[in-house]
Amino acid sequence: MESVLRAENISKSFGPIEVLSGISLDLKPGEVHAVIGENGAGKSTLMRILSGHIAPTKGGLHLNGQPITFSGPVDAESHGIVLVHQEILLAPDLTVAQNLFLGREIRRFGFVDDRAMRERTRAILRELGTGIDPDREVSRLSIADRQLVQIARALLVPHKVVAFDEPTAVLTPVEAESLFDIIRKLRSQGVAVLYISHRLNEVKAVADRVTVLRDGRHIATRDIEGLEPLEMARLMVGRDMSKLYPDKPATASDQPLLGVRDMVVPGYVENASFTLHRGEILGFGGLIGAGRTELFEALVGLRPGHGAITLDGQKVHFRDAREAMAAGIVYLSEDRKGKGLLLQQNLRVNLTLAALEKFSHGSFIDGAGEETALDRAIKDFDIRTRRRDLLAGQLSGGNQQKLLLAKMMLAEPRIVIIDEPTRGVDIGTKEQIYRFIASLAAEGRAVVVISSEMQELIGLCHRVVVMRNGRVAGEVAQADLSEDSIVYLATGVHEERAAEIAAGHA
Amino acid sequence: MTETVLRSSAEKRRFTIDMRALSPFIALVALIIAGALINPDFLTASNLLNVVTRSAFIAIIAVGATFVIAGGGLDLSVGSMAALTAGVMILTLNNLGGGDVGTLALGMLAAIALSAACGLANGLIVTFGRIEPFIVTLGTMGIYRSLVIWLAAGGTITMRNFELRELYRPVYFDSILGVPIPIIAFLVVAAIGALILYRTSFGRHVVALGSNEDVARYSGVPIWRVRTLTYIIQGICVGIAVLVYVPRLGSATPTTGLLWELQAITAVVIGGTALKGGIGRIWGTVVGAVILELVANIMVLSNFVSEFLVGAVQGAIIIIAMLVQRSVHRGR
Repeated sequence: MESVLRAENISKSFGPIEVLSGISLDLKPGEVHAVIGENGAGKSTLMRILSGHIAPTKGGLHLNGQPITFSGPVDAESHGIVLVHQEILLAPDLTVAQNLFLGREIRRFGFVDDRAMRERTRAILRELGTGIDPDREVSRLSIADRQLVQIARALLVPHKVVAFDEPTAVLTPVEAESLFDIIRKLRSQGVAVLYISHRLNEVKAVADRVTVLRDGRHIATRDIEGLEPLEMARLMVGRDMSKLYPDKPATASDQPLLGVRDMVVPGYVENASFTLHRGEILGFGGLIGAGRTELFEALVGLRPGHGAITLDGQKVHFRDAREAMAAGIVYLSEDRKGKGLLLQQNLRVNLTLAALEKFSHGSFIDGAGEETALDRAIKDFDIRTRRRDLLAGQLSGGNQQKLLLAKMMLAEPRIVIIDEPTRGVDIGTKEQIYRFIASLAAEGRAVVVISSEMQELIGLCHRVVVMRNGRVAGEVAQADLSEDSIVYLATGVHEERAAEIAAGHA
Repeated sequence: MTETVLRSSAEKRRFTIDMRALSPFIALVALIIAGALINPDFLTASNLLNVVTRSAFIAIIAVGATFVIAGGGLDLSVGSMAALTAGVMILTLNNLGGGDVGTLALGMLAAIALSAACGLANGLIVTFGRIEPFIVTLGTMGIYRSLVIWLAAGGTITMRNFELRELYRPVYFDSILGVPIPIIAFLVVAAIGALILYRTSFGRHVVALGSNEDVARYSGVPIWRVRTLTYIIQGICVGIAVLVYVPRLGSATPTTGLLWELQAITAVVIGGTALKGGIGRIWGTVVGAVILELVANIMVLSNFVSEFLVGAVQGAIIIIAMLVQRSVHRGR
């Protein structure tokens, strides 16, 4: 079939650095075309060129066979090419309907016509299979619903090509499944869908063709037929990726290190109890909003909550993260950019922030000691940075996560709580992070991994505690670890039913 | 993923960062050249020393403001606080009645203690009341100002002991090795400020707090203590400025320190400190305070603009400084 949008030999340089070289890609109506690659492979740059945000240095775009240049994203949209952004770009205090029509309000006699917008919003959301109330403020929606609103906003304009940039990064498997239904619906309407993701299982599930980028170059474009995730990973990384997860260290013991009884976090968690053992990697699974993050934030004193916490058999209570760190417990936030790192500060400042007293003589900072620590962290954690004086915000997601790990390890914790350790991290870096987590346990530390990726929990953890609606729904022992057992506890229903329910709810 | 895009802008960024730090110094040099061209009397040692001496109060206060602002806060009450501190100091001296060094020292101590307490009050209300610093210090600005008007009964509070005035006078008017004492005071305050902000873990915590409060909290930074301390430092700086200010006129009036908060914030912003926090530049602040006074001086020495418009020009400068900051920010 004739392609609707075609990129021919696209190159893009920023200054002397070429981030894309000679990429060709064609999108056919009614196909889902996935673009995969590691962080820094050029996926986002390619996406931004296709959607008119930036212009290519060399090469050109063809729309329906005609050469075309976009003056900007608005111009691209007017040609029917829309981009669903990775980040949620909505005004939180406005309602769903107001957000949907923000900047393109329906007017009547010069005044906004709220009723018409509300009706259109309701219709579009229904088409997406969701019953979100158009009058609800966006700040009161779940992340998944916000994303649906964002998709609805993108689809409001007449579209021929819809590009999704890592849409499932913040979604649970069940929510992701209902997103795939939307994508399949678009495909059946003859829309060309460009789908960018790290998650290869999803790509396998939803895509028709796959283009692999590595280091700004085109590696392959294949039909999904016969292309397994393992092979995709190999193409992306350029080496065999069959062993993503390290062997589980045999250090898990029966000696309780941390005990939590009847932890209550008002509004989020009711009576959660669990025990963490020395040398153990304990997973925490569940849907987004199940209260996992809140439970551990309350545990380390970052939000109000109460319950009986015992560390080494001693009753403890932490009023803030400082006290928890002093007791040897660190928490690495899932919100790396908002709560983990100072994006506007350099690597050195970030690295030593949590353990600054280790780099101080009296009250003065030992700059040379900090530099040595940075050297060591860059080496030990394989933080890839061109220059040492970069700001943390200039690192890729994977390297930010490594920097955050390095920062928190300077506090020499006995218990490491990592919330979504590999969110927004490419597969090569994932492998490194998994190996690092396993080595923490092998050293006799205890690790808690909170994750929405079930494969990760299964591949990495000795035991998985699953939460549902603010309660501990159950625990899965190592021998019984499977997606089905986790989903069952997370949703209360078996997997096939869960997908159906999701489709119904969504 | 975004790394590739940022990779390119890094070179440019390094340049702009330097620009941000350098721009106040460039502006200072440009102003000095302009002043020299406009009036030959400008570039004399006595005129320049006079200008820097006059800028000392604002510079000292602005060093404190650099801490507050770099930590993501704001203090509008400094002018009123200075007036109240000056009034209470003079009243204390008058009540003690002596004309000796001991009396003076007690009065100075009272001034620093009061201004530190005023800063503490601001800090505690901001941190524990969880109220916007703009609102808190707007409130205390009114409170401190009206307290001094009340103490002065609407008039002037004057140092009564003539001996004490003579004893105290040199602190503003004398020089050591040809450098006026106020200039020495402000250089010492700035040097100590720079040492604290750049070399101590407290200073690092201030910058972290201003960059992102959540990150600081999640990293175990004692954010309440750090934030309160920035306001106390601001208070102490106001106290030191008052110590240098009182011997100049020997009195405090309801209009003492009027609009000093504007000048202090302007100096900080001209100096390259980010108003939203996270970047603090002590030496830039010092230069900013000198620039403000230089502009006033050049206006007096030239005939282009009426010197009554000094406030307008200084107001325009803060807007221009913000525009420059933003264009630097965009350049990233």
